[in-house]
Amino acid sequence: MTETITAAPSNIMRFIKANIRDYALLLSLLAIMIFFQFNTNGTLFKPVNMTNLILQNSYIVIMALGMLLVIVAGHIDLSVGSVAGFVGAVAAVLMVNYKLDIFTSVVLCLALGAVIGGAQGYFIAYHKIPAFIVTLAGMLIFKGLALTVLGGASVGPFPKTFQLLSSGYVPDIFNVTAFGAPFNLLALLIGAVVTATIIYFNIKERRNQLAHGLAEEPDIIFLCRNLLIAVAFLGFSFLMARYKGLPNVLIVMFALIALFVFITTRTTFGRRIYAMGGNEKATKLSGINTEKLTFLIFVVMGALAGLGGLIFAARLNVATPKAGAGFELEVIAACFIGGAAVTGGVGKIVGAVIGAFIIGVMNNGMSIMGIGIDWQFVIKGAVLMLAVFLDVYYKTKG
Amino acid sequence: MQPILEMRSITKTFPGVKALTDVSLAVMPAEIHGVVGENGAGKSTLMKVLSGVYPAGTFDGEIHFEGKERRFSNIADSENTGIIIIHQELALVPLLSIAENIFLGHETAKRGVIDWFEAFSRTKALLKKVGLNDHPNTLITNIGTGKQQLVEIAKALNKSVKLLILDEPTSSLNEKDSAALLELLKGFKAQGISSILITHKLNEVLKVADRITVIRDGKTVDTLDVHSGKVDEDRIIKAMVGRDLSERYPPRDAKIGETLLEVKNWSVYHPLHADRQMIKGVNLNVRAGEVVGIAGLMGAGRTEFAMSVFGRAYGQKISGEVFMRGKPVDVSTIPKAMAAGLAYATEDRKTYGLVLIDHIKHNVTLANLKGVASRGVVDDVKELGVANKFRKDLAIRSSGVFQTTVNLSGGNQQKVVLSKWLFSGPDVLILDEPTRGIDVGAKFEIYGIINKLAEEGKAVIVISSEMPELLGISDRIYVMNEGKFVGEMPAKEASQEKIMRAIMKSWDNKS
Repeated sequence: MTETITAAPSNIMRFIKANIRDYALLLSLLAIMIFFQFNTNGTLFKPVNMTNLILQNSYIVIMALGMLLVIVAGHIDLSVGSVAGFVGAVAAVLMVNYKLDIFTSVVLCLALGAVIGGAQGYFIAYHKIPAFIVTLAGMLIFKGLALTVLGGASVGPFPKTFQLLSSGYVPDIFNVTAFGAPFNLLALLIGAVVTATIIYFNIKERRNQLAHGLAEEPDIIFLCRNLLIAVAFLGFSFLMARYKGLPNVLIVMFALIALFVFITTRTTFGRRIYAMGGNEKATKLSGINTEKLTFLIFVVMGALAGLGGLIFAARLNVATPKAGAGFELEVIAACFIGGAAVTGGVGKIVGAVIGAFIIGVMNNGMSIMGIGIDWQFVIKGAVLMLAVFLDVYYKTKG
Repeated sequence: MQPILEMRSITKTFPGVKALTDVSLAVMPAEIHGVVGENGAGKSTLMKVLSGVYPAGTFDGEIHFEGKERRFSNIADSENTGIIIIHQELALVPLLSIAENIFLGHETAKRGVIDWFEAFSRTKALLKKVGLNDHPNTLITNIGTGKQQLVEIAKALNKSVKLLILDEPTSSLNEKDSAALLELLKGFKAQGISSILITHKLNEVLKVADRITVIRDGKTVDTLDVHSGKVDEDRIIKAMVGRDLSERYPPRDAKIGETLLEVKNWSVYHPLHADRQMIKGVNLNVRAGEVVGIAGLMGAGRTEFAMSVFGRAYGQKISGEVFMRGKPVDVSTIPKAMAAGLAYATEDRKTYGLVLIDHIKHNVTLANLKGVASRGVVDDVKELGVANKFRKDLAIRSSGVFQTTVNLSGGNQQKVVLSKWLFSGPDVLILDEPTRGIDVGAKFEIYGIINKLAEEGKAVIVISSEMPELLGISDRIYVMNEGKFVGEMPAKEASQEKIMRAIMKSWDNKS
């Protein structure tokens, strides 16, 4: 069989070369983290800062999941920031002004996000109006509606239980003390279980590939990859354990990432999105309802924008008319830094998540270093430009 | 006399295919040189090598122009030396004027400010040379294809052309415009400008060319001197084809059974111009085990007919009935047409057939993902098995099913498209130009696949512009012209002349 590749050194190099984009992305994130670890005198990796990093970026990561689908499908969504702000505002009005119970409010708000996404998706999918235009209009409309709903003022605070969405932690059950402070053993255990699960599935997939003579990845790289996953997850949950444990939002975020990785890599829905982004006409002629697919993608995006808005509102504990401003830029940037192609058809969920964290770590690190917001924008813009430039450069160089 | 252009032992390889093998071409000063060959013989590739589309270093061999070896790294390089190619698809900007197009890239400007008076007067002079009277301010979109061709040539003249290459210049021109264009080439010859004329129309090339180079399967087979008096169409065809026609089509042993698909009184209007009827009351039937050909000239409406039947993928105000095994079926959307047992493999595999950035495996299962998935989750192993099976059965030459389809040769791309449709399990396959732009060996394999499908009891409808191909593979042939079926004949009784006569007759009847 020509497909079976034994792990000779040349094959290792070839494999790395073929997947250089993925490694480069991960290494960039590591390099940026190490850079800030040094330049913030070790503040970056402090448990409290790591926890903050998660809390600050969770909504960007969650929205980036939907945005990746949108971009892979060959579209764009400029309205996510405004939609997030609007849904947050509606949540505040429902819970604070109308004293509606939290569960009903959250469900209503997510549904609202989905309906908004669906409305935009309807014009994009069935009337072939470019997504850029539709969502630009949406951006203006929902920015305005957020102002109207809030009457131009901030509404808050939210009920305690709702705040837990963003500021709560998975409660500990062991009450262990270590390093002279309370140590959340449960967090570490959850981390260990998740690590074990991921590695279990990786090994299972590997076995399957080997059985069918398909294992492209050399053994050594497979080993290193899983080792890295183990170190990252265990180290991270260890850090979390030393502070307050796992934030609730981290659980939500992680579950969604896992779900979206599954959707994009294993389901027919995901496959069709990539096919449509790669060649919409061929996909349509293959009997796939591309209009419905586009519509559904925007529904998903809208719901996630709604969720992002809820998390952000819960975190600030107030809905402000300015909430969500500029989110779309970070979310879109995350996808493109993560390797998604503007032309559609290309992009990975994990890439978008790493892209979001690259931006998040930079925001966090630069703030700790005391770099002004002015230069933060400049630097982030330059990083986006550089990432896409390298992408295009290596693509044309072959 | 020294040749102005000499291409020596050019060899160009694409992943999986050798497009050109040791091809040589010499063009004399002030000569009109014809280059002929079948589709996919390598003519266009050779011209791309010459014009720098494939830069020096990506092919083997040497190019000498005006006595010096040249290594072009892009089109601008070759244009600067005076080699100008005019492609089949014209490269004019439709919403700019003639003058703007002619001077695009070298505007008559001083410090960035355009001197329109100079642009117009020079354009007028250039247009006069090619026999055009239109105002330089006319938009390209407002003049016909024939005139656009002339504007392209005027543009070439503006760049002080020494060797003009025309790729199928008359394919979309009517008789009168074609004749004018050929006269123009003769005029250039008198001024000392050489031309390379690539064409399928042998009568034209015989009329104007001094010498003719014949390319077959990526090799130069012959260079014929037209003035020797021994060259006629038969002589050229023999060189082009190079083998007996009967060997080009594998034999078939299929039992023709019940009628599978029947289309009755099918009418379709243009998708944008609601008053333009594209398909006019077409009736078609095809039986199990039968291969039915649809012959016709470009623009006869064959693709439009097929696509409109296949889930209304073309046109509007569609009327008519479709029966499968005698029962009426709903084919109003693509999924419904597929459910009824239809499959349509497009003539334009790059735009409508394949997701080029994706690999073979994903392309093969695209039209029938449900076949490798349960409850919306794709079974990778099963999918792989399917892809590997088709790769083996159809002999798709590739490094594996994970090869990206953009890197496959035309023939192998076509096999991937066929695999996709075979995996969707249709009863009736409509193959639109299934062998367009693929090499002779792969064509033979495609014919074999078509035969096998018929032997399995499927019905196959083949649309092809290559009449010998239709005659070779079909059981029955419909002739289409201007949206109507104007003839139907068993392939045994059919001939190219009969098909052409049916088309001509339909025109006569109209006038």
